[in-house]
Amino acid sequence: MGEEDGERKFRFVGTRPIRHDGVDKVTGRAQFGADYSLPGMLWGRVLRSPHAHARIVRIDTRAAMAIPGVKAAATSADLPEIEPGPGPANLAHLSRNVLAREKVLYHGHAVAAIAATSEAVAERALLAIEVEYEPLPVVLDLDDAMAPGAAILHEDLKTRGGKDAGPTNVAAITEYDRGDVDAGLAEADVTVRRSYRTQTVHQGYIEPHAALAQTGVDGQSVLWCCTQGAFTVRAYCAALLGLDVSQLKVIPTEIGGGFGGKTTVYQEPLAILLARKAGRPVKMVMNREEVFRATGPGAATHTEIELGARQDGTITAARVRMCFEAGGFPGSPAGAAAMTVLAPYEIPNYAIESLDVVCNKPRTAAYRGPGAPQAAFAIESALDELAEKLSIDPIDLRLRCAAKQGTRTPYGPTFKRIGLIETLEAARDSSHYKAPLGPDQGRGIAVGFWFNAGLNSSAEVHLNEDGTAIVATGNPDLSGSRASLAIMAAEELGIEVHRVRPVVADTDSVGFTDLSGGSRVTFATGQAVIDACRQVVRELRQRAAKIWDCDPDQVDFVDGRCVPAKGSGLSEEPLALAEVARQAGRTGGPINGQAQLTARGAGPSFATHLCDVEVDPETGRIEVLRYTAVQDAGRAIHPGYVEGQMQGGAAQGMGWALNEELVFDTQGVLQNPGFLDYRMPVASDLPMIETVVVEVPNPNHPYGVRGVGETPIVPPLAAVANAVRRAAGVCITRLPISPPRLLAALHDESGGDS
Amino acid sequence: MTRMHITTCLNGEEIDFLCEPHQSLLHVLRDELKLTGTKEGCGTGDCGACSVILDGRLVNSCLTLAAEVQGRSVETVEGVAGPVSQAGTVGLHPIQQKLLEHAALQCGVCTPGIVMAVKALLDREPDPSEREVRYWLAGNLCRCTGYDKIVRAVLDAAAELRNLPEERQPA
Repeated sequence: MGEEDGERKFRFVGTRPIRHDGVDKVTGRAQFGADYSLPGMLWGRVLRSPHAHARIVRIDTRAAMAIPGVKAAATSADLPEIEPGPGPANLAHLSRNVLAREKVLYHGHAVAAIAATSEAVAERALLAIEVEYEPLPVVLDLDDAMAPGAAILHEDLKTRGGKDAGPTNVAAITEYDRGDVDAGLAEADVTVRRSYRTQTVHQGYIEPHAALAQTGVDGQSVLWCCTQGAFTVRAYCAALLGLDVSQLKVIPTEIGGGFGGKTTVYQEPLAILLARKAGRPVKMVMNREEVFRATGPGAATHTEIELGARQDGTITAARVRMCFEAGGFPGSPAGAAAMTVLAPYEIPNYAIESLDVVCNKPRTAAYRGPGAPQAAFAIESALDELAEKLSIDPIDLRLRCAAKQGTRTPYGPTFKRIGLIETLEAARDSSHYKAPLGPDQGRGIAVGFWFNAGLNSSAEVHLNEDGTAIVATGNPDLSGSRASLAIMAAEELGIEVHRVRPVVADTDSVGFTDLSGGSRVTFATGQAVIDACRQVVRELRQRAAKIWDCDPDQVDFVDGRCVPAKGSGLSEEPLALAEVARQAGRTGGPINGQAQLTARGAGPSFATHLCDVEVDPETGRIEVLRYTAVQDAGRAIHPGYVEGQMQGGAAQGMGWALNEELVFDTQGVLQNPGFLDYRMPVASDLPMIETVVVEVPNPNHPYGVRGVGETPIVPPLAAVANAVRRAAGVCITRLPISPPRLLAALHDESGGDS
Repeated sequence: MTRMHITTCLNGEEIDFLCEPHQSLLHVLRDELKLTGTKEGCGTGDCGACSVILDGRLVNSCLTLAAEVQGRSVETVEGVAGPVSQAGTVGLHPIQQKLLEHAALQCGVCTPGIVMAVKALLDREPDPSEREVRYWLAGNLCRCTGYDKIVRAVLDAAAELRNLPEERQPA
């Protein structure tokens, strides 16, 4: 490990203290996005497109503005024109997603916004906005988008990484290859060739998007919103509105789930724009239908795989072609999928191709391990079929080609210490794997991989005069990160976890910090916290040296106390941190630590999941009987919240596998924009979810932390599908495995591939 | 439109408010009475984030008209915990305490609804099975936890409440 001894004894790391924000959250005091209000506040509402694809000929808001109580209207004419440019966060596209400019690209696309004295008045005003559309042919899905002569969404779109000059609906092609795939397949004794499809899904956070903006006559704006990244919102809003970053302060509220879906902006810039125009605060809260129609879906995919292996289980070659639906604007995670799909395995010959394809559906947003679940569904299903054909245990087959330290990834870097083999062995050795199965029951296993992100973080540690501490960071807490950051601070400072107060600071109050995503908070921001605490400790030693009138090198810091260093010859009584803090005013002033970093070396996290299902052959109903998630956490700082991530990701993945699907009609209109018909798992759908936390320390983190948040959603799609395949004896190539789809497959082997 | 004058018992206290005939109890709680602990996740009765207890019965406040609570008794999440004691210990209800001890919340937005649903369950069934807990909570969506830790916390809270002597039972 980095600078620490791998056998370091921890006092607080690995314990399960009650989270600091817990009492607020169980008593209703915690304030989420929609819970903020201001005196004189207006309500903003958005007019949305009734067409999935149309040219906007004219928008006229005059009649709406004439309605009493309507205070401001906004259209794309109020936003500065941003020229299209490259990059995943293409601001020209983002601007056009926030308010459509030349065209609407999906049903529900925002066209105009109104601020009025009540929601009811604002709703009435939306009806009075006149919009003239020229409808265009709807490009429904991947097949439509890539068909010869397909209608084109973006006239200026060229294929990044491709050869065609365009115009096209294929925004990008990502390719990785190695060796000779044809020769590898020719060497194989057994091959599997399959085509897999997954449908459009939604992150399904329970809290709808909400924003409240206030602008002073000096042009300074404050925005409260539920977001995964206050600094990201600040950057996007400033860019889209043509503001200096310093003109906008973003205060992140508590956030009711994000899963990647709250990493971008929708109505946040509109709230600021309307507040500026009206001269009054404006609050905008989406309803659930808007959340489904106009935010975040995870991409539908089509993947073709060809795998070959020798009789002994050596995989000789893999060919993978993936297509991802980006929705109305480019930016699906097709590239990430290409990077992850074969990353868990050593395969001598492969060719991976992955396409980012636009169509007339909502612009996709990040969804937990973006691209990896869909990719894993395909490769892990194919591997399982291969194992069955070879009569090899599916875990053994994976162990034979499992990536390990030194394995070169398809996307370039070589793995350092990783824990894939450990998770496979723990799964194999679990009581679950050995438990007997009954009739119509089957067991599936699948592996998942996610890179984990590092990126930029800042942290401030303020030592209070009584020896308690404030830890301020810029990461909204989605799942207990305050607790994990406080535990690490307590470990460094040697004080009880509840003497550390973790604070999610606004963009004016802490240094730049990238968003809470990429499973990065405990890993990266945690390092910034550790660094800032170590500054505090250095300062404490200097203050103790001042008090003792000795050299700081003669002072050690052990378990929260300054003590004479071994061999220093000093015989002073230890000085507790609180005592040094109390004397700070007399020894040099307040004691604070401040750190910032670009965290590198986020250790990848691997998981192996086991799933038992029972299939009802008469109805096609599938019941999940037992589920075990095994994952390498590197080092579990708060094991309760590590397990929680594993269980939550597994549940979300089971929903994706079995029920969840955004259903669009032939005109691109979403048919199930509510929780009743977009069926996420409820408590009675699921069994307990067993967890096994494996700890293979990340060599790039002082405590060995790996991010844990995203990996758990990667294996379940395939784990469930493999269990159903083994239970029902039919190949599952299409998600969700709804009862009608399974019945069709049972009655006709090709049904599952329909 | 004429506003209606409604008198009700909210968290044990007699209060009154004015509302439009079409306004939901949820909107009155949140926007008029400023009790934002009750959350809106869907507005269509599918997610349970707005759960409150009306005359001892669990309801979705988004599907309840504010005018319906005239002369009745409403319990919201704000009324579940007692005050901080003189000793500084927080007066959490065992349901709240167990949710915290089991790390049974992540983002926490569904938690107020879960607290109310569990309270309604344990008020009528002090010794539920895991299956009963799961079916009772089937109207409360949680997207973060996978329900495992919530179900364990509920079973643990039920056991704790059963073992509490009469005089220490929460109101």
